Amino acid sequence: MCENCQKSDLSKLTPILEEFSGDKYALISILQKAQEIYGYLPTDVIYEIAEKTSVSPAKVMGVATFYTQFRLQPIGKNLIMLCKGTACHVNGADSIERALIEELGIEDGGTTEDGLFSLKTVACLGCCSLSPVMMINEDTYGSLTPEKAKEIVRNIRLESK
Amino acid sequence: MKIIIGEGSCGIAAGARKVREALLNQRAQSEQKLVIGKTGCIGMCFLEPIVDLYTDEGQLLSRLVRVKESDAKRIYSAALDGDLSEVKDLVISKDDASFLEKQTRIALRHCGLIDPEDISAYIASDGYKALEKTIKSMTPEDVIETIKISGLAGRGGAGFPTWFKWNAARKAIGEVKYLICNADEGDPGAFMDRAVIESDPHALIEGMLIAAYAIGASKAFVYVRAEYPLAIVRLEKALAEARAKNLLGENILGSNFSCDIKIKAGAGAFVCGEETALIESLEGSRGMPRLKPPFPAEKGFTNAPSNINNVETFANVAWIILNGGEAFAAMGTETSKGTKVFALTGKVKRGGLVEIPMGLTLRDVIFDIGGGIRDGGTFKAVQMGGPSGGCIPEHLLDTQIDYKALASTGAIMGSGGMVVMDEKTCMVKMARFFLDFTAKESCGKCVPCRIGTKRMHELLVNITEGRGRPGDIELLLELSNGVKAGALCGLGQTAPNPVLTTVRYFKDEYEAHINKTCPAHECEALKKFSIDAQKCKGCTMCARQCPVSAIKGEVRAAHVIDQDKCIKCGACLALCKFGAVVSM
Repeated sequence: MCENCQKSDLSKLTPILEEFSGDKYALISILQKAQEIYGYLPTDVIYEIAEKTSVSPAKVMGVATFYTQFRLQPIGKNLIMLCKGTACHVNGADSIERALIEELGIEDGGTTEDGLFSLKTVACLGCCSLSPVMMINEDTYGSLTPEKAKEIVRNIRLESK
Repeated sequence: MKIIIGEGSCGIAAGARKVREALLNQRAQSEQKLVIGKTGCIGMCFLEPIVDLYTDEGQLLSRLVRVKESDAKRIYSAALDGDLSEVKDLVISKDDASFLEKQTRIALRHCGLIDPEDISAYIASDGYKALEKTIKSMTPEDVIETIKISGLAGRGGAGFPTWFKWNAARKAIGEVKYLICNADEGDPGAFMDRAVIESDPHALIEGMLIAAYAIGASKAFVYVRAEYPLAIVRLEKALAEARAKNLLGENILGSNFSCDIKIKAGAGAFVCGEETALIESLEGSRGMPRLKPPFPAEKGFTNAPSNINNVETFANVAWIILNGGEAFAAMGTETSKGTKVFALTGKVKRGGLVEIPMGLTLRDVIFDIGGGIRDGGTFKAVQMGGPSGGCIPEHLLDTQIDYKALASTGAIMGSGGMVVMDEKTCMVKMARFFLDFTAKESCGKCVPCRIGTKRMHELLVNITEGRGRPGDIELLLELSNGVKAGALCGLGQTAPNPVLTTVRYFKDEYEAHINKTCPAHECEALKKFSIDAQKCKGCTMCARQCPVSAIKGEVRAAHVIDQDKCIKCGACLALCKFGAVVSM
């Protein structure tokens, strides 16, 4: 076990580990549920899952880092998922990304210092007819222009003040 | 009258749920309570949100498009009075309506027409009749024979004959056999499978059960992309409803055939579309492809015989059983039978889901159905098959939609992504886009793929950023051949295709980039900004706003940009009110 890493409330994992106990193929499902609880996968949670499922921590870490869905760092209050699928690329997703980077001061994968926004580019959100598109939490914003994207972010920032 | 709202992901993103709320509000205020229902995606994404008005008997009276919340009041009152003149401006135009008329819908037969969250709606449209026919009057061999006659081939991209896979899994020896549905639709720019699951989940379930009966599988999985939350919710609901009606689970319809279907949510890895990588992922491991043989039909999930097909493949099965293999085979070409669904997007006027009989040409799809290029642009190329496919140029627009014909262009049929590009799309940047994707998504198992795609991407970055050198094109081709030859799975073997096809058809663009110009004016680093002295009024606005003070000029005299200082940010272009700044 790591000595310096954070102390998460591991008791929350018990119902998940019970649900999948005996299913040796359930590692991804367990990690997905754990991420739902903690918002990301803290190191001590990874160790705990490894121990309780009798899988080596290296394998759990290997799986957690292989799939793009899993995060090893906490994310901001608003997760911006900017679509960079083919249709969005053709319709100018790059300029939207530059505008967001400029507005937020963070790169792809980063979180703002105030913890308000995280920016993540994704392969395809599947609303190609509205391209370029981004999702902020559950809401989809389509037919973006660089200015429109900045304004949406500014509005959210104002609302949360 | 009934009001039905299209609530697929596309419709919801365009505001369908807000329209629903507004309509429910109207109903709450009204004495007469009309039915407000939902349906999936009709495929006309460019017109969402769409609201359909039906008679109580279920006949479509009118289709209203691009509906806003503020339209709810007049829509509700029009539906109450039966007077559609109040909403005349919202009614779909004849031209847009032709989008559907030119299609032949089998896999999408119920999409946008029935409520995906109500099994009785599916049953009322001949749903589960094919399953009943299969269980009560056909042997597994009969089913496989019917699929063989139909000519159905894998719709995930490879186009492998479906009956052959089923037969191999049927003949494989094993106590337990698994059936797996690949719904890990990772190709950026494709959303056919998502639409089928969201709009007609029972068609997938029924197709899977028939396949499970044919191969003798008692356990089945649907491996769905995690980015498709609505599809997962609707499929879960559909599975529960089917189970409650004894259409799924133990002793289906009183027979001795038992099969249950479970959902497994993927976690985001493009390579998991490859069947052995998908199996690894189902087993909870990193999704890295296995060596074949043994094929999944012999040793698949947990080393038991397994059969994997794509969503669209399964969605065709019930129709084939009910209408006969011959009816399906009657459509299409010599080598490609039936229909194919495409996600038509990009610079096309009417983007959405299109299902057409094989044998139509690309021109038919893009110009007749899609309405051609939007914003007055001209067609340059169409990208098919996503990161594994290629770009097809204008002079090949009359190529038939047929596995062989498309492969001869260097592209592939693919799973159905069809992204249209116009003269403003830079083909080198397009290739760079796909290599960026494959380099990130390469699982890392095979060195030629892991490192080769990375090096190819670097070369493309250099070329598009003005650092291209003579010989780069040849080096790209050499690397392409190396990656193709040295990769174990389909991802690596096809990753160079976007480069190979763009070099084949648009070599002049590569050469232009190496000579420091981007013919499409898309690559930032190769842009040159200048000021048209005739148009410049000398307002000094650009000079004052230029972040690097690269613009000089006297008041009321033409300004000049110092090309050495210019960082090509485009601020002057965006600012100039007189259209004097030009980008080349």
